[in-house]
Amino acid sequence: MQSTLEPQTSFAVTDKGFYGRFGGAFIPEMLYPNVEELRQSYLQIMADPAFQAEFQQLLEDYVGRPTPLFLARRLSEQVGATVYLKREDLCHTGAHKINNTIGQILVAQRLGKKRIVAETGAGQHGVATATVCALMGLECIVYMGSIDMERQKPNVDRMRMLGAEVRPATSGSQTLKDATNEAMRHWINNPVDTHYIIGSVVGPHPYPDMVARFQSVISEEIRKQLFAKTGRENPDYVVACVGGGSNAAGAFYHFLNEPAVRLVATEAAGLGVSSGHSAATTALGKPGVLHGSRTILMQTEDGQVTEPYSISAGLDYPGIGPLHAHLFDTGRGDFYAITDDDAMQAGFNLSKLEGIIPAIETAHALAALPKMGLTPTDVVVVCLSGRGDKDLSTYSKYL
Amino acid sequence: MTSSITRNRITDLFAQKGDRLLNVYFTAGFPNLDDTLTILRGLQAAGVDLVEIGMPYSDPVADGETIQQSNGKALENGMSLRTLFAQLASCRQEISVPILLMGYINPVLQFGVENFCQQCRAVGVDGVILPDLPLDLFLAEYAETFRAYGILNVNLITPQTSDERIRHIDAESDGFIYMVSSASITGSTKGISEPMRAYFDRIRAMQLRNPRLIGFGINDHETFDTACQYANGAIVGSAFIRHLQDHGTSPESIRAFVGTIRS
Ligand SMILES: Cc1ncc(COP(=O)(O)O)c(C=O)c1O
Repeated sequence: MQSTLEPQTSFAVTDKGFYGRFGGAFIPEMLYPNVEELRQSYLQIMADPAFQAEFQQLLEDYVGRPTPLFLARRLSEQVGATVYLKREDLCHTGAHKINNTIGQILVAQRLGKKRIVAETGAGQHGVATATVCALMGLECIVYMGSIDMERQKPNVDRMRMLGAEVRPATSGSQTLKDATNEAMRHWINNPVDTHYIIGSVVGPHPYPDMVARFQSVISEEIRKQLFAKTGRENPDYVVACVGGGSNAAGAFYHFLNEPAVRLVATEAAGLGVSSGHSAATTALGKPGVLHGSRTILMQTEDGQVTEPYSISAGLDYPGIGPLHAHLFDTGRGDFYAITDDDAMQAGFNLSKLEGIIPAIETAHALAALPKMGLTPTDVVVVCLSGRGDKDLSTYSKYL
Repeated sequence: MTSSITRNRITDLFAQKGDRLLNVYFTAGFPNLDDTLTILRGLQAAGVDLVEIGMPYSDPVADGETIQQSNGKALENGMSLRTLFAQLASCRQEISVPILLMGYINPVLQFGVENFCQQCRAVGVDGVILPDLPLDLFLAEYAETFRAYGILNVNLITPQTSDERIRHIDAESDGFIYMVSSASITGSTKGISEPMRAYFDRIRAMQLRNPRLIGFGINDHETFDTACQYANGAIVGSAFIRHLQDHGTSPESIRAFVGTIRS
């Protein structure tokens, strides 16, 4: 599986950390040594055969990879195309997030770090981080917006049971952006012994690239599995939801340079793109700098970051990863804004049609299917990024 | 290498006075939107050597709670770069201390870097501190514009900054180097520890070409005094914000605060 680590060509990050005009490392000097240490070592660490062997072994035996590529017959019939679901919801801990945390904890060990700090929105990244910290015996601190701690309570309980300390982020909108601020402050205060496991393809270079590489196993498997099932490696569409964009980056990675494959990214429109309660970054944002990278960012005319809104805690973020900003900028990706209502309906729909309850984040990807103008010969892969157990109270309140 | 900015109020100040310089930070628009000139006058009358005006930002990642809250309040009060420059428009008729603007890069990018430098020059701002604008990006994209308008860009170093990088920063800096006292965000009240002294000593021994001011965690006479033993002076921020909050912006209040720091 060596190819997981091979850089793509035209959508690959530059050595300064840019994707087109997006990316870079806009960090205060306090973080420079940490980020620089990571930048200088991540490719080397990841290329080491011993690292690869350990990473692959854990993905197989602990995470449960490869995850199935499932032909969703009833959904296919409904949308009028052939739809496959890439079952990241079947990963240990219930979402794709663990592909990244397994990789990063192995990097942290090789850098000699004793403690892990992370941010979380839906709690899936927090749980995935707490899980690998338990596995490796490292101390774990997770920052989570106080509003998210309420709406994703089961995940707070899971993190605590796994031995992590969950700290509420009480500033700003008390969601993912603020949890990220707090995690960065924690890292500034503890630069030597702590590694920051970012949960998406955001943050200063090399994080977006490192996280995308760890998640790229998703598209690597899709290609093989699709070939085995259909005799073709390339679907017509790959669809994924974008919070920061890690499941999308993983699902797109090995198709970035296959122009025949349309890459479809879905963002959370909340109550509607122009409602003032939205997280549809590419529809509402402009280029700016957030959490260490230049990207597309929801902000006021004065450059203050706007508080996003989505029913889904994992998509409630005012930016997107720089790779996705570049895909948007170049037209390589199609971006859809999906409202709370459409996402919730798509979540109920999949549950009844296929017996799979998706995470509300994931439901935003499914909701794009009827909007894509699909034709019967189209082959579509949807990245089913996570399962909906954590969202049951939101689903049932909505009914 | 860059030192093509020959003179401004900051370089003049350091040419005249080499030690015990006091630089005080406050957030523009805090406690009230229109306090900027009142506080500037108060600080000048109290004899501070430099003033740092914070440009409030929604997501100040390098700042602790005190400055986070003052930023939040200032934004609620309606502060923006446009308003700040309007408030400073005629300040140089009465204010002669060097003025720096400190803040995060995004509001400056949205304002436009050239427009920003032009406004700084027009109102008499001498230097800028943008912690999340790394030196290499500054040099590649903005140094020329800053230089064209005679605006100094002040860079930070920390206890973790390598000697090699410090040399590089020193070569590319004009005015002074901002020494972050410890691995920390702003607002610490833990005092100055032995490892901090060792770091101050190490930097002093490097004999940099730029003067140094120590900031972060300087909050009373004792910490100010200690910092002055190792550098040309120190920067006080959070402690002043707390003082403004509790004791107001009157000249007496500000004089009293500066008095407790100086002696
Ligand atoms: C199931 C699931 N999907 C998607 C996301 C969004 O993150 P990303 O865009 O990084 O994949 C999250 C985030 O919490 C999630 O839990």
